[in-house]
Amino acid sequence: MVLNCRHVWEHISEYIDGTLDPQVRADVERHLAHCEICSAIIDATRNIIILTADDRVFELPIDFSKRLHARIDEFLQHEHPEPG
Amino acid sequence: MTNSPPVDALENSPELALIASILAGDREKFHLLIRPYETQLYRTAVALLKNEADAEDVVQDAVLKAYRKLASFRGDSKFSTWLIAITLNEARGRLRRDNRAAVDSIDELREGNTDYTPAPLTDWREVPLAMLERQEIRALVQKAVSELPDSYREIVTLRDVEELSVNDTASLLGISISSVKVRLHRARMMLQKKLAPQLKMVAAPQRKRRLLGRLPWF
Repeated sequence: MVLNCRHVWEHISEYIDGTLDPQVRADVERHLAHCEICSAIIDATRNIIILTADDRVFELPIDFSKRLHARIDEFLQHEHPEPG
Repeated sequence: MTNSPPVDALENSPELALIASILAGDREKFHLLIRPYETQLYRTAVALLKNEADAEDVVQDAVLKAYRKLASFRGDSKFSTWLIAITLNEARGRLRRDNRAAVDSIDELREGNTDYTPAPLTDWREVPLAMLERQEIRALVQKAVSELPDSYREIVTLRDVEELSVNDTASLLGISISSVKVRLHRARMMLQKKLAPQLKMVAAPQRKRRLLGRLPWF
């Protein structure tokens, strides 16, 4: 099936995740082979996904771990896990 | 969640053994159990709550709840997924308390009726990880995620920040796999539309193309 740009946009996320049906994937790839705009949109989307996953975007606050374990310590003094 | 873990699983998993010894009274070991996951839990909470102090509170509360409920973890899901589920619930509770649910459902309806057009770019192709050295770029990504409607932000957090599978995400959120895919697609397109032009603009003065060609998709 010949896809236009708008059809291709509907499949961007699944194309990047590699979960498209093989036939649809082949149709998308055929379109991408000659469409610079859709290729660039897919690259940009993929780049944004990579950025979002990077540890530096949502960094731990200073001493987060220290405060968490101090709170756990305090809690362990007087709390037991509930029976299962 | 009603069966005990098989003996084999207990022997083969240091984590299940750790849990067993905590439940048997060696409570201090709870520190060791949590340590590998605290960054992941914080990232989940802060991406959902958009506020560092709230996220820290939520993680602490979630971790203490996990301790209290530890006996109910049976090893039939990954411990990390179980912890994320507790954190997600705590974060959702906090969002509900902030009374933002009504606003969100309106956002979503509007989004559902909008014909999506991605940002048309033709020359922003480099993998921009080096860009994250700049606080400005990290702030742009954080802001774009924080501006997504709640249900889209949950999906992006679980799938793209935490990199959980579609199946784990569906089961954590209690929605179907196809809903995960649809929401994720819309959320990613919203991020692309907002971020691509901004990132392209800030990246332009110091283009770095040396990563190009080392990665399989170029």
